Amino acid sequence: MLAQVPAILIDGVMAASMMFIIAVGLTLIYGVMKILNVAHGSLYALGAYTAATFAGLWLSGGHAPLGSYAVLVASAIVVGLVTGPVIERGLLRFMYGRDEIVLVLVTYAVFLVLEDLTKLVFGVDPLLVAEPYGLLGNLDIGPLTYPTYSVALIGVALIVGAVLAFVINKTKAGKMLRAVIHDREMSAAVGINVARVYLVTFTVGAMLAALGGALTAPTTSVQPGIGAEKIVLAFAIVVIGGLGSLGGAALGALIVGIVQAAAVHWKPELELFSVYIVMAIVLIVRPKGLFAIPEARKI
Amino acid sequence: MRDRTVLSLVAALLALLVAGRILPQWAISYASVALYTGIVVLGMILMIRTGLVSFGQGLYYALGAYAAGTLDHLWKTSDLLTMVVVGALVASVVAFVLGFLLTKYRDIFFAMLSLAFSMILYGLLVKSSELGSTDGFGLSVKTFAGIALEQPRTTIYTVAAIIAFLAALGMHWYFRSHLGRLAGAIKDNELRVEYMGTSVRRVIHINYIISAALAGIGGALMAATIGHVDPETTAYWTTSGEFVFISIFSGTTSVFAPFLGAAIFEAVRTFAAQYFPNTWQMTLGVTMLFVIMFLPGGVWSLFQRARRTA
Repeated sequence: MLAQVPAILIDGVMAASMMFIIAVGLTLIYGVMKILNVAHGSLYALGAYTAATFAGLWLSGGHAPLGSYAVLVASAIVVGLVTGPVIERGLLRFMYGRDEIVLVLVTYAVFLVLEDLTKLVFGVDPLLVAEPYGLLGNLDIGPLTYPTYSVALIGVALIVGAVLAFVINKTKAGKMLRAVIHDREMSAAVGINVARVYLVTFTVGAMLAALGGALTAPTTSVQPGIGAEKIVLAFAIVVIGGLGSLGGAALGALIVGIVQAAAVHWKPELELFSVYIVMAIVLIVRPKGLFAIPEARKI
Repeated sequence: MRDRTVLSLVAALLALLVAGRILPQWAISYASVALYTGIVVLGMILMIRTGLVSFGQGLYYALGAYAAGTLDHLWKTSDLLTMVVVGALVASVVAFVLGFLLTKYRDIFFAMLSLAFSMILYGLLVKSSELGSTDGFGLSVKTFAGIALEQPRTTIYTVAAIIAFLAALGMHWYFRSHLGRLAGAIKDNELRVEYMGTSVRRVIHINYIISAALAGIGGALMAATIGHVDPETTAYWTTSGEFVFISIFSGTTSVFAPFLGAAIFEAVRTFAAQYFPNTWQMTLGVTMLFVIMFLPGGVWSLFQRARRTA
């Protein structure tokens, strides 16, 4: 049983890196805009479908196979750049100031619309583009062999996390972002263009969701329902970590990834709900998640 | 009689009972769905009036449905009354226990923790091979309170109509009682309610159990009507999301709203599923967006507006 611990940790970290990319977008949007974006799940699915389609076209067109990675990333960026502004400018901006729950429902409605839109555009048959997955070969970690692609994803997740942390903490734009998080009205009063901050935040978040989907696409078959499945996992991650916290998303993803991997190795029948048991336990012990920022009690 | 709502409720019940005698089978089935969904949503709007939205009401819906199902499946008790009572009891007991924990949470955290609990049940159901895993299992209703039924379908409809009537009437009175009025006060400002000497958590706990019991009853009636239970359509988060959806869609100001909302929702879903099978979710989503944008009080506010201008 203990012999499986290294495998569990490696599997867990690999799964975590993939989920972190999705969850960090969710937590970013929540942190800045106070919107728990259910549609994040469909943006993930949209990213996966777009990436699988274009990577498939690229490969069947006889182009250099290594270029398919660029196609995956480019698809994610395009999906983010198209959907983000459309959803934020076209819909969400009319809803600011409404109840948090109403905003959840608005994004849930968007989720429903996008689910069907994805089916209309890409059909309902599973899409399989496994080539980018196998292209890099395998990597030996001790006695265990892993696809290099999965190991590389850990690097991608680290880069995404590092870039976000740098931008938020070290740049002028990040300072403005933190000001908006802290007090929206005051930020607007001192001349920060809050509308633009919201637009950029939502677009970056959408891009991250699509990137998560695009990078997952080669590892599984892309089919209807993946968005609904991933969004609850992402909820669990950000709630465990503390909504709106970057480090929380990382820690939450690690916890969820490792718990799931442990369940798969030790007790497969627990896999489905192990995550939600952990989520419930974390919320019981730390009602606002592990890295929650304390709030003043308002009367 | 000063209370017009009570009169309207009685009239509605009579209309439903008469309709049960004359309407064709498909209309009865449709009305049954609207009734049991409405019962669940009635519980949801009680919580929403208290300021809390559960994204895990599917937990109690599933408990009610599976309680009814297992009665028939494992213990060979195909009695409708027993199913409904047991469904309500199981849901209330679980809500009583979880309530001690959940009443500490607010806003998004209440929503997320209740979602976690319903997903745990979903995971359990999917993995329990005795209960048919992802496929679930079928059940049948043969008696009501020991009396053999000739037409179970019609009886289930009648029972659903009567329960819906009782639930709506009870809720109407509850909203006007001391305890019921505290719900709105808690939503507005719970600190003030505490200062006035009321335990906010106790009120929330009571309301939570009531809403869970209604979800359990709705689940049991669903199982009886459909004749089949499975995890995906009961405990998965999308089902809970649907209940929240219908609640906001309906509006929370009247006990009629959930039933009207559920009826419209079911009609849109049936219509869309038939005529645009690939875009029915989209139809629902767009409908929802319109309601949120243009009818913040839900579809019921249309009726109130009409009455005011008349």
